[in-house]
Amino acid sequence: MSESAVVPTSGQTPKISTVQEAIIRIAGDSQDGIQAIGGFLARLAGRSEQEVMTFMTIPSTISGGPSIFQVRIGSGEVLSAGDEADVLLCFYDHSYANHISSLKRGGIVLYDSDHVTPKEDLLGAYHHVGVPISSLTVEAIGGTGRDKGKNIYSLGLLAKMFDLNVAKLTKLIEERFGGKDPTVVQNALACFNSGYGHQVQGLWETFQFQHAAQSGAAQVVMSGNEALAYGLIAAGVRFGAGYPITPWSDIMELLRRDLPKYGGMFVQTEDEIAAISMALGSSYAGRVAVTGSSGPGISLKTEAIGWASMAEMPVVIVDVQRGGPSTGMPTNVEQSDLNIAVFGGHGDSPRVVLAPSSVEDCFYTAIEAVNIARKYSTPVFILSDQGIASRIEAFAYPDLEKVCQDISPDLSAVAEHKPYDLAAADGVTRHLAPGTRVASGKYPVVTGLEHDELGHPTGSGKLHTQMNAKRRRKLQKLAEELPAPQVYGASEGRVLLVSWGSSKGPIEEAVKLGRKQGEAISALHLKHLNPLPNGLEKIFSGFTKIVVVEMNDEGLYGYGQLGAVLRARYCDPRILGVTKTDGLPWKVSEILQRVLILTK
Amino acid sequence: MSTLTATPLPRTTAAGIPVPDLLDADRKALTKKETAADHPTWCPGCGDFSVLALYYKLIEKRKVWHEKICTVAGIGCSSRFPYFVQAHGAHFIHGRALPFASGVSLSRPDLHVFVFGGDGDAFSIGGNHFSHTARKNVKLTYVVMDNHVYGLTKKQTSPTSPIGFKSKTDVWGSTDRPINPMKQAIAAGATFVARTTATNIPHLLKAMEAAMDHDGFSFIECLSECIEFYPGAFDAANPRKGGTFFEVPADHDVTDEYAAYKLADAEGSGAFGIFYQVNRPTKNANEARVIADHRAKVGDAADWQILKKTFDRMK
Repeated sequence: MSESAVVPTSGQTPKISTVQEAIIRIAGDSQDGIQAIGGFLARLAGRSEQEVMTFMTIPSTISGGPSIFQVRIGSGEVLSAGDEADVLLCFYDHSYANHISSLKRGGIVLYDSDHVTPKEDLLGAYHHVGVPISSLTVEAIGGTGRDKGKNIYSLGLLAKMFDLNVAKLTKLIEERFGGKDPTVVQNALACFNSGYGHQVQGLWETFQFQHAAQSGAAQVVMSGNEALAYGLIAAGVRFGAGYPITPWSDIMELLRRDLPKYGGMFVQTEDEIAAISMALGSSYAGRVAVTGSSGPGISLKTEAIGWASMAEMPVVIVDVQRGGPSTGMPTNVEQSDLNIAVFGGHGDSPRVVLAPSSVEDCFYTAIEAVNIARKYSTPVFILSDQGIASRIEAFAYPDLEKVCQDISPDLSAVAEHKPYDLAAADGVTRHLAPGTRVASGKYPVVTGLEHDELGHPTGSGKLHTQMNAKRRRKLQKLAEELPAPQVYGASEGRVLLVSWGSSKGPIEEAVKLGRKQGEAISALHLKHLNPLPNGLEKIFSGFTKIVVVEMNDEGLYGYGQLGAVLRARYCDPRILGVTKTDGLPWKVSEILQRVLILTK
Repeated sequence: MSTLTATPLPRTTAAGIPVPDLLDADRKALTKKETAADHPTWCPGCGDFSVLALYYKLIEKRKVWHEKICTVAGIGCSSRFPYFVQAHGAHFIHGRALPFASGVSLSRPDLHVFVFGGDGDAFSIGGNHFSHTARKNVKLTYVVMDNHVYGLTKKQTSPTSPIGFKSKTDVWGSTDRPINPMKQAIAAGATFVARTTATNIPHLLKAMEAAMDHDGFSFIECLSECIEFYPGAFDAANPRKGGTFFEVPADHDVTDEYAAYKLADAEGSGAFGIFYQVNRPTKNANEARVIADHRAKVGDAADWQILKKTFDRMK
């Protein structure tokens, strides 16, 4: 958004500025419905073919507690939720005090003057606009004094300030509140219209978004957890089992609600171990099933994941990472489960690990995970994180007819079958689902004991060596088939940033910013974390320093979890790490600053 | 998106010739020769042999085909069961056979799912799953071969070891109150609860048949002597060893929960027979009803069209 240098006197007619993008931060308490405002703004952007990204924090308390929702809407490419807000809307003194520093200097702070007393010494630094939001809301719809509806009232204020499309917003409000008691929708619209019609005193500037290039292509707007769940449905998954844990629960709730429409079911189990066990039982019964959790639950599932590795049973395990270890920081973002995903469990138990980088990527990664699990008969991790799970993005409407697939088992009889065939051309295990007749009368068993080619137990060291090699080689084969990752920016330079998961956006934005400042900097995003795609050393050779930027601790030896994996894999001392565990997504300026200090 | 799109996968590495399924009418009941697989690894004289022999017998008598049975087990001596049966089977991890088997049962109503295990697997490490599988009434048969001792790990106290039992972990005699499997099952909500012993062959077969016919979670506790680490444990229930086989009285009302509890308190080696049996909708049936209701609403729309309807609301 344009810089505002001077604070003008009040009473002026607001000038209208055209902006390419805007970052709006809404701060209040978790029961104020501020996510709803953010959701409306994001959905409106999606329908207007604008790019949008959101960021929210939620308290880990049971009820109440401070909460924020940040929306970045742009007519161009939006890669992150933004470092500094252009507009801060705050409902309470604590929201004002805690978030005023996230506002850029000269930015607008729109506050509820019923609750917020601005600080004298800040009046010169930010453009303060007070509106008695609480009392005006009560005035608009009558009411209880419990401030219900002030979120929608504020949406009206923002709509006016940013000249948003009122017809579209009205339609969104009707869609959201329609169907219930008709007075609900009436009240919501009354709130919105009063907010929109309010003559804001002291507002000297309003905005219009630059017209986004209209391609006519439809977009969908959803959170990462929603995209992941729908991706699993599109992939043909029809059975899942899970246990509630934040921030994974949304996925299981959605699958529980939606799978029956597709003839499937999701079972809430007694614990995390039962969840993966049931999913494995269903996978064995013929169709790739899903389970998932967040950190602590993944720890509980590790023994069964080892079984899946040994029995070579396909299954998809979703890990929506949060701050750990133990109960840790349940509602904060962190990328500290890479180690457990790649190495968790006893023995040598190779598995596949993928990490989506955006909401859209959640949808397609889910499909890819299911297909890798089927093709290579292996457990596959999807490492999402709290950042992607709850953020809302608009993305191109998928070609559903093309991506939806049927993966029902084939139960027609076979002559004979050895699931763990050591002579198989592709070296990959194929299971027969129970219900399949085997004419030879020799039936396979799936097992966690080391086994022969039919699945019967063996104590042979030779077979153990051969089977270990078999389980390893199929993933080496997968590595050969993975698409080579693309460098963002020039393929040669001084610094290559390496990202995984939700950090992709801010890291690429840091590259843009760095290049603007004359730095020879590029980025490489890794989606396939185990196995790694082949040929990374070639990409690395174009740079003097390789910096892995991730949200976890630097560990005993100074590298984050992916950094350590890459150093072990390539023995390359140019690989360095920039890490953090403050529970917040990367800021673009933070990345660039730390990388430049480290590599100077 | 990666190159790994949905391609039909070769299912068998054996590249077999197409094999037509035989009509059930043209198939003969499977004999022990056809259902026996690996030679059991149990000690000679182990009670588990009887259970295995009667499983073969059950398959033959009830004309169940290889492919229609799924045998699941956890870890323990008795849990080696699936290797000894020529049918689809899974040897899962310790204590978790029930949720695994539930995943099979809920996904595949066309199969008979049998779970075999021991007292440690069922009541100790798997105790939580026992309660919840019973409560959910998942359709499957669970036979616990209870020997009152950990055999595979060579004589440690088990959750059903009686007070005073001397083991390697209680050299002076166990002091912890043992679990009463019958009470545990009834309290958890199992809809078929029976008790039998490996030394009474006709009784054991009858119990297994009744369990197989029950629509719901059917649980059998089968006393099965560990001749190596707890010999003579069940002599009191074996007339050939001078004991008495106390059968559940003919006038016992199997739908009476309190009467069943009372039976579970019987002195000595306890009573044998069906303690409790009621009909309650299974998890399988409940889920099938939810699915049927939802499917009725979407009509004959293809999966992608159902998803499109959802996505259209998220525009």
